[in-house]
Amino acid sequence: MTKSELIEQIASRQSSLSLKEVESAVRLILDDITDSLAQGGRVEIRGFGSFSLHYREPRVGRNPKTGDAVPLTGKYVPHFKPGKELREQVDASRSLGY
Amino acid sequence: MSALTKAELAEHLHTELGLSKRDAKDMVETFFDEIRGCLRENEQVKLSGFGNFDLRDKRERPGRNPKTGEEIPISARRVVTFRPGQKLKSRVETYSNAKAREA
Repeated sequence: MTKSELIEQIASRQSSLSLKEVESAVRLILDDITDSLAQGGRVEIRGFGSFSLHYREPRVGRNPKTGDAVPLTGKYVPHFKPGKELREQVDASRSLGY
Repeated sequence: MSALTKAELAEHLHTELGLSKRDAKDMVETFFDEIRGCLRENEQVKLSGFGNFDLRDKRERPGRNPKTGEEIPISARRVVTFRPGQKLKSRVETYSNAKAREA
Protein backbone atom coordinates (compact mmCIF):
# COMPACT_ATOMS: atom_id res chain seq x y z
CA MET A 1 0.00 0.00 0.00
CA THR A 2 1.29 3.44 -0.91
CA LYS A 3 0.57 6.78 0.72
CA SER A 4 -2.09 7.68 -1.84
CA GLU A 5 -3.80 4.30 -1.39
CA LEU A 6 -3.71 4.79 2.37
CA ILE A 7 -5.34 8.20 1.94
CA GLU A 8 -8.11 6.70 -0.21
CA GLN A 9 -8.69 3.88 2.27
CA ILE A 10 -9.00 6.29 5.18
CA ALA A 11 -11.28 8.61 3.20
CA SER A 12 -13.60 5.70 2.41
CA ARG A 13 -13.91 4.99 6.14
CA GLN A 14 -14.16 8.64 7.28
CA SER A 15 -17.29 9.83 5.52
CA SER A 16 -17.25 13.15 7.40
CA LEU A 17 -13.92 14.13 5.83
CA SER A 18 -13.15 14.95 2.21
CA LEU A 19 -10.27 13.30 0.36
CA LYS A 20 -8.42 16.62 0.55
CA GLU A 21 -8.85 16.83 4.33
CA VAL A 22 -7.62 13.28 4.76
CA GLU A 23 -4.64 14.07 2.55
CA SER A 24 -3.71 17.09 4.70
CA ALA A 25 -4.26 15.09 7.87
CA VAL A 26 -1.98 12.25 6.74
CA ARG A 27 0.70 14.74 5.76
CA LEU A 28 0.41 16.48 9.15
CA ILE A 29 0.66 13.22 11.10
CA LEU A 30 3.80 12.15 9.20
CA ASP A 31 5.31 15.64 9.52
CA ASP A 32 4.64 15.69 13.27
CA ILE A 33 6.34 12.32 13.76
CA THR A 34 9.28 13.49 11.61
CA ASP A 35 9.57 16.81 13.50
CA SER A 36 9.49 15.07 16.85
CA LEU A 37 12.32 12.71 15.87
CA ALA A 38 14.27 15.54 14.23
CA GLN A 39 14.26 17.28 17.63
CA GLY A 40 15.53 14.18 19.38
CA GLY A 41 12.11 13.19 20.73
CA ARG A 42 10.16 9.94 20.81
CA VAL A 43 6.75 8.97 19.47
CA GLU A 44 4.59 6.42 21.31
CA ILE A 45 1.50 5.08 19.60
CA ARG A 46 -0.32 2.62 21.84
CA GLY A 47 -1.23 -0.61 20.05
CA PHE A 48 1.02 0.26 17.11
CA GLY A 49 4.55 0.93 18.29
CA SER A 50 7.11 3.58 19.10
CA PHE A 51 9.58 5.62 17.09
CA SER A 52 12.84 6.73 18.64
CA LEU A 53 16.44 7.46 17.71
CA HIS A 54 19.27 4.99 17.93
CA TYR A 55 22.84 6.20 18.19
CA ARG A 56 25.48 4.89 15.80
CA GLU A 57 29.04 5.13 17.15
CA PRO A 58 31.67 6.98 15.12
CA ARG A 59 33.57 4.56 12.90
CA VAL A 60 36.07 4.41 10.10
CA GLY A 61 34.33 3.86 6.79
CA ARG A 62 35.80 3.26 3.37
CA ASN A 63 35.28 4.92 0.06
CA PRO A 64 34.01 1.94 -1.92
CA LYS A 65 35.63 3.22 -5.13
CA THR A 66 39.12 4.03 -3.88
CA GLY A 67 39.30 1.97 -0.70
CA ASP A 68 40.46 5.06 1.23
CA ALA A 69 39.62 5.18 4.94
CA VAL A 70 37.04 7.87 5.72
CA PRO A 71 36.30 8.83 9.34
CA LEU A 72 32.54 8.84 10.00
CA THR A 73 31.12 10.80 12.91
CA GLY A 74 28.57 9.31 15.29
CA LYS A 75 24.98 9.81 14.23
CA TYR A 76 21.39 9.14 15.13
CA VAL A 77 19.10 7.00 13.00
CA PRO A 78 15.31 6.63 13.24
CA HIS A 79 14.13 3.36 14.78
CA PHE A 80 10.67 1.77 14.99
CA LYS A 81 9.75 -0.82 17.60
CA PRO A 82 6.43 -2.53 16.88
CA GLY A 83 4.04 -2.61 19.84
CA LYS A 84 2.74 -5.82 21.39
CA GLU A 85 -0.59 -5.72 19.56
CA LEU A 86 1.00 -5.17 16.14
CA ARG A 87 3.63 -7.84 16.79
CA GLU A 88 1.04 -10.40 17.80
CA GLN A 89 -1.40 -9.64 14.99
CA VAL A 90 1.29 -9.77 12.32
CA ASP A 91 2.67 -13.04 13.61
CA ALA A 92 -0.82 -14.53 13.97
CA SER A 93 -1.49 -13.74 10.29
CA ARG A 94 1.39 -16.05 9.36
CA SER A 95 -0.39 -19.04 10.81
CA LEU A 96 -3.58 -18.02 9.00
CA GLY A 97 -1.70 -18.46 5.75
CA TYR A 98 -1.36 -14.83 4.61
CA MET B 1 10.90 16.18 26.13
CA SER B 2 7.81 14.00 26.56
CA ALA B 3 6.82 11.56 23.84
CA LEU B 4 4.41 12.47 21.05
CA THR B 5 1.18 10.45 21.41
CA LYS B 6 -2.10 9.92 19.57
CA ALA B 7 -3.76 12.53 21.80
CA GLU B 8 -1.29 15.20 20.73
CA LEU B 9 -1.55 14.25 17.07
CA ALA B 10 -5.35 14.58 17.30
CA GLU B 11 -5.08 17.93 19.10
CA HIS B 12 -2.78 19.19 16.36
CA LEU B 13 -5.18 18.06 13.60
CA HIS B 14 -7.88 20.01 15.42
CA THR B 15 -5.90 23.24 15.89
CA GLU B 16 -3.97 23.15 12.61
CA LEU B 17 -6.55 21.84 10.14
CA GLY B 18 -9.75 22.72 11.98
CA LEU B 19 -11.07 19.14 12.12
CA SER B 20 -13.61 18.64 14.88
CA LYS B 21 -12.13 16.97 17.96
CA ARG B 22 -14.16 13.88 17.16
CA ASP B 23 -12.96 13.71 13.54
CA ALA B 24 -9.39 14.40 14.59
CA LYS B 25 -9.42 11.53 17.09
CA ASP B 26 -11.03 9.16 14.57
CA MET B 27 -8.56 10.22 11.91
CA VAL B 28 -5.55 9.34 14.07
CA GLU B 29 -7.08 5.98 15.06
CA THR B 30 -7.97 5.12 11.47
CA PHE B 31 -4.51 6.09 10.22
CA PHE B 32 -2.67 3.59 12.44
CA ASP B 33 -5.47 1.04 12.14
CA GLU B 34 -5.23 1.00 8.32
CA ILE B 35 -1.47 0.53 8.40
CA ARG B 36 -1.81 -2.27 10.95
CA GLY B 37 -4.56 -3.92 8.89
CA CYS B 38 -2.37 -3.90 5.82
CA LEU B 39 0.61 -5.41 7.64
CA ARG B 40 -1.67 -8.04 9.12
CA GLU B 41 -2.49 -9.12 5.57
CA ASN B 42 1.21 -9.43 4.85
CA GLU B 43 1.26 -6.34 2.66
CA GLN B 44 4.11 -3.82 2.80
CA VAL B 45 3.25 -0.14 3.48
CA LYS B 46 5.28 2.48 1.62
CA LEU B 47 5.00 6.09 2.79
CA SER B 48 7.24 8.08 0.48
CA GLY B 49 9.60 10.44 2.27
CA PHE B 50 8.77 8.91 5.63
CA GLY B 51 9.65 5.24 5.25
CA ASN B 52 8.51 1.70 4.52
CA PHE B 53 7.01 -0.84 6.88
CA ASP B 54 8.16 -4.24 5.64
CA LEU B 55 7.43 -7.79 6.76
CA ARG B 56 10.01 -10.51 7.25
CA ASP B 57 9.49 -14.17 7.91
CA LYS B 58 12.10 -15.44 10.35
CA ARG B 59 13.02 -19.09 10.64
CA GLU B 60 13.32 -20.81 13.99
CA ARG B 61 16.73 -20.20 15.53
CA PRO B 62 18.52 -21.25 18.70
CA GLY B 63 18.18 -18.88 21.64
CA ARG B 64 18.99 -18.76 25.30
CA ASN B 65 17.24 -17.61 28.42
CA PRO B 66 19.53 -14.70 29.39
CA LYS B 67 18.88 -15.26 33.10
CA THR B 68 19.39 -19.00 33.38
CA GLY B 69 21.53 -19.67 30.30
CA GLU B 70 19.13 -22.44 29.36
CA GLU B 71 18.90 -23.11 25.62
CA ILE B 72 15.43 -22.58 24.16
CA PRO B 73 14.61 -22.31 20.46
CA ILE B 74 13.18 -18.97 19.23
CA SER B 75 10.18 -20.04 17.16
CA ALA B 76 9.65 -19.11 13.52
CA ARG B 77 7.77 -15.81 13.28
CA ARG B 78 6.78 -12.90 11.09
CA VAL B 79 8.07 -9.49 12.13
CA VAL B 80 7.57 -5.88 11.06
CA THR B 81 10.63 -3.83 10.18
CA PHE B 82 10.78 -0.13 9.40
CA ARG B 83 13.15 1.37 6.84
CA PRO B 84 13.26 5.14 7.21
CA GLY B 85 12.94 7.13 4.00
CA GLN B 86 15.42 9.66 2.69
CA LYS B 87 13.63 12.73 4.05
CA LEU B 88 13.22 11.32 7.56
CA LYS B 89 16.84 10.13 7.62
CA SER B 90 18.20 13.50 6.54
CA ARG B 91 16.05 15.39 9.07
CA VAL B 92 17.41 13.18 11.85
CA GLU B 93 20.94 13.56 10.47
CA THR B 94 20.62 17.32 10.92
CA TYR B 95 19.86 16.65 14.59
CA SER B 96 22.96 14.42 14.81
CA ASN B 97 25.11 17.21 13.41
CA ALA B 98 23.66 19.78 15.81
CA LYS B 99 24.38 17.41 18.71
CA ALA B 100 27.94 16.88 17.50
CA ARG B 101 28.54 20.64 17.42
CA GLU B 102 27.28 20.97 21.01
CA ALA B 103 29.72 18.32 22.23
